[in-house]
Amino acid sequence: MADSPKSKAAERSAAERSAAELLKAADRSVGEMAERLCDAALAGDRRSLARLLTAVENRTSLAERALRRLYPLAGHAQLIGVTGPPGAGKSTLVAALIAELRRAGRPVAVVAVDPSSPITGGAVLGDRVRMQAYADDTDVFIRSMASRGHSGGLSSATTAAAAVFDAVGFDVVLIETVGTGQSEVEVAAAADTTIVVEAPDMGDEIQAIKAGLLEVADIIVVNKGDRPGAHRTAGQLHAMLADTPRESRPGRPAPKHPEVLVTTAATGDGVSELLAAIDRHRSAARGSDGEAVRLKRAEAQVWAVLVDRLHTRVLELEGAEDLVAALPDGAPAAVLPPVATPGSAPRQVAPRRTGPLAADELLRSVASHEIDPYAAADAILDRLVGRAAGSGRGDTQSRRGRAD
Amino acid sequence: MTDRPLKVLIAKPGLDGHDRGAKVLARGLRDEGFEVVYTGLRQTPDMIVTAALQEDVDVVGLSILSGAHMTLLPRICALLHDRGMDDVLVAAGGIIPDDDVPALKAAGVAAIFGPGTTIAQVADFLRANARPRD
Repeated sequence: MADSPKSKAAERSAAERSAAELLKAADRSVGEMAERLCDAALAGDRRSLARLLTAVENRTSLAERALRRLYPLAGHAQLIGVTGPPGAGKSTLVAALIAELRRAGRPVAVVAVDPSSPITGGAVLGDRVRMQAYADDTDVFIRSMASRGHSGGLSSATTAAAAVFDAVGFDVVLIETVGTGQSEVEVAAAADTTIVVEAPDMGDEIQAIKAGLLEVADIIVVNKGDRPGAHRTAGQLHAMLADTPRESRPGRPAPKHPEVLVTTAATGDGVSELLAAIDRHRSAARGSDGEAVRLKRAEAQVWAVLVDRLHTRVLELEGAEDLVAALPDGAPAAVLPPVATPGSAPRQVAPRRTGPLAADELLRSVASHEIDPYAAADAILDRLVGRAAGSGRGDTQSRRGRAD
Repeated sequence: MTDRPLKVLIAKPGLDGHDRGAKVLARGLRDEGFEVVYTGLRQTPDMIVTAALQEDVDVVGLSILSGAHMTLLPRICALLHDRGMDDVLVAAGGIIPDDDVPALKAAGVAAIFGPGTTIAQVADFLRANARPRD
């Protein structure tokens, strides 16, 4: 009797129903967990904050729930990016900035990114070594992150982590990149103010006019100011950048005119002057420049969610696994976005040009923290695909329906 | 739930300045695919526990050669407990006499790795014993 096709079908649909129930229950519990962690983190619990950051870093479903709740609460913190070549003194300078900001009573969070091994996926995160003295100060929170195959000098979760810190009330978020070469400029979109740290005698005047890192600097710091050559290096940088045109050409962003400062981060010399320069830049950038940076940041965040969503959709298509398996060796890493592929070194997927998305009202709403990047990405996706309510959950259910 | 890398804090509590072993282990675990947060020399128990909390690590690895392990290691375990971090695996390495091992284990140190331990042994132990917490 149990063999009759009818009862088999009934058994199957019962099993499917209970699987769907289980999924729903799991979903509910993820939602509840996200709410609990957010409540606690917003009330000042640092352990919950740390757990949220882990979820964000691992891009779990809990992270999406939490970010959708927290993103509208963010948008108040001052985001300061610190970048520059390895060994220039970024971590030491960040430590000195923490000290200066704490003297002013401002709560500070740090996201410090170090590179992941392209071979094993492992990493040594050593930036904390320079930032020791704050064990019993609950208004300092330092979080190290591995870049996990992301190639722009940050990890793919850095901007979201900064938004979490922002939402739970940190006044300043310092974002320290991996030691960069000449062209890892992603931090410029992640931060309101980008500081490029150089060491003395790292290059001549030709280095100062090359394209890349120095172009995105809002402030240039020549660190290790006690070394011979520091002031000469600062002078050369200043002289070469003085020729930057004042007027912007139509259709291009206004050229930057970075201040050039000398610091000795290890002793704190010049750090209060640096903080003053950061605040000057902040008040100067309140207008259209700042708006452009915020739009760019919103675009990158929405784009990242879109890529994730599309990635999921493509892999959900019938036969997708066979298709990916049939690609030539190495192709999946080049074709697929850098989701959960530690060990590969995928290409950067952030958009280089501002496409039709840039004009969108949605991005403005994300930039002003009225809506979260997930809502914007889903709205764009709906518009593109032309169907209603395209959340990940809906997809799972409809796929289950099709399997019948 | 995810196949993310395990995150390990390597710290040196106390006052001895011998961090060669800690650095070799940090680099070795990196090569085994771990994300290793290294905090440097002369850490107080408070500093170590705060770092472990902020970094949300799966494992705290303590390297100690000063002889103060009977004071410092139980103190760190107690602080972890106080801050609700019982799910963090604690392991220690360095010069620790066999006679002290039972008391340290009772205090919450899951494993003690003496001289001669290979990186692979440590890595295998951590993979087998770190609790998935997602």
